[in-house]
Amino acid sequence: MNIIACVKQVPDTEAQIKVKADGSGIDDSQIKWVMNPYDEFGVEEALKLKEKNGGDVTIISVGPARAMETIRTALAMGAEKGIHICDPALDNADAFVTASALAAAIKGLPYDVIFCGQRAIDDDSGQVGAMLAELLGIPQLTIVTKLDYAGNAVKVIRPIEGAQLNIETALPCVVTAQKGLNEPRYASLPGIMKAKKKPVDVKNAAALGVATDVKAKVAKLAPPPARAAGKIICGDDAAQKAAELARCLREEAKAI
Amino acid sequence: MAKGIYVIAEQRDGALRKVSFELASAARKLADQTGDEVSAILLGSGVESMAAELGKFGVDKVFVGDNAALEPYVTEAHAQVVAKILKDNDAAIALFGASVQGKDLSARVAAKLAGGLATDCTDVKIDGGKLVAVRPMYAGKCFADVVFNTTPAMASLRPNVFPAVENAKAAAVTKVDVAVDAQKSKILEVQKDTSGKVDLTEANIIVSGGRGMKGPDEYKILEELADVLKGTVGASRAAVDAGWRPQKDQVGQTGKVVSPNLYIACGISGAIQHLAGMSSSKCIVAINKDAEAPIFAKADFGVVDDLFKVVPELTAACKKLLA
Repeated sequence: MNIIACVKQVPDTEAQIKVKADGSGIDDSQIKWVMNPYDEFGVEEALKLKEKNGGDVTIISVGPARAMETIRTALAMGAEKGIHICDPALDNADAFVTASALAAAIKGLPYDVIFCGQRAIDDDSGQVGAMLAELLGIPQLTIVTKLDYAGNAVKVIRPIEGAQLNIETALPCVVTAQKGLNEPRYASLPGIMKAKKKPVDVKNAAALGVATDVKAKVAKLAPPPARAAGKIICGDDAAQKAAELARCLREEAKAI
Repeated sequence: MAKGIYVIAEQRDGALRKVSFELASAARKLADQTGDEVSAILLGSGVESMAAELGKFGVDKVFVGDNAALEPYVTEAHAQVVAKILKDNDAAIALFGASVQGKDLSARVAAKLAGGLATDCTDVKIDGGKLVAVRPMYAGKCFADVVFNTTPAMASLRPNVFPAVENAKAAAVTKVDVAVDAQKSKILEVQKDTSGKVDLTEANIIVSGGRGMKGPDEYKILEELADVLKGTVGASRAAVDAGWRPQKDQVGQTGKVVSPNLYIACGISGAIQHLAGMSSSKCIVAINKDAEAPIFAKADFGVVDDLFKVVPELTAACKKLLA
């Protein structure tokens, strides 16, 4: 099987996000960068499919020079090769430009399944997987928690509000990974050593023929609106506090 | 010039979903500023009778695409029809629900139209005649104003954030002739959640437990409180990773982002990744014995005490108030 996993380097979930004073972006000087957690599920599923059915896994990332670390991490987990789409013109890429760059890099490669994370935890857009599928003209299965490969098709489970769907789709297709799909492995020390020698192609937007003009633009970033200071409920014991809380929720907040 | 505000209605099993009314109301508010008409796109099989209900929430026109191939929802088929309607009518703005279906659909439509889309917005406004979509990024650690260089400007709106406001309009039906390509995906089975609980993303009240719950069996006291309040039980990542609660219950940056009217956090310290998933809740209550827990900084009401004593008392007090 030819499997592709798309990865993005993002700030760690514990990162404090500070908006620059002029609202033009975030201050990334103190940030620890990691592989997007949802992409890790995609890489793991790609490796599992390969181990069971044979084939190889190609990792693709759009990102600045530091994103190479994330590609190497995926190679250390067991993928065979990488493509790094690296271009300052893509630094402020929106989902459409990112998906276009990925599609341009993927066109011409053989592929059966393409994995993406269901969303990246930095911009939280959750658009790239579906856009990539459309640009390649193949079906998409988004927010998947279980995948079974059956010849020229996959069967997946997609949770929706109040139900889950069992869907079968002909290959090739894009699958976006949700937590629950698997437990991603850690890279082993020999894996990390081997990853250093695995091939990674670096490409820029011009080489891929991708237009970099964004369709949706972040005009301004701001910290979240401040919440008014809360009230600590006082009382002699738990029963009194609970009764006072219930009263506040009913009479002041009108929440119950 | 592009004109008209379009909402992509969502229906399942013969009924419109609540987010459809939220979209219609948000669109009406924008349209009253721009002077546009509000149109809804309603797809499925035997859906025409639902059009009138959209009219109650301010929809002037409804494009009804009735076709067995559009029921139940399959991404590529719906995307094909929605994109065609938006393009043929040169839509200025298109609003989707940021539900599982709406997110799946909107991104595909945006790619078909080579257009800009802002996901999971918590506010939409008009500035200089154009849409500005406000959305959380980094799971709510900051907020972005998004502007669009293409039409239609597309946004998906977070469920439960925009009020559904009645404002009766005509909802004149236009039937659209839909030709749909053969589909490569097939739904084999729909397994319904039989618990009778509302999904976390749609719940009005959430009672959530974290590491302080100490184990899976202790969630029973949260379920009792949730039953009295007609709410849904959620959990922190710590509780899910410990195997106490299923993945679908997780609230936070790597779980669900929720915005209920009332969020009661029990034994949750308030790790930044949890706060990210629930800080758009309208009223937040924290019950925790550690007075220094960061959750108290986000809470409208805090109780510093043992949750195992407070929660059963709260359940009893609420039962009495609501009786």
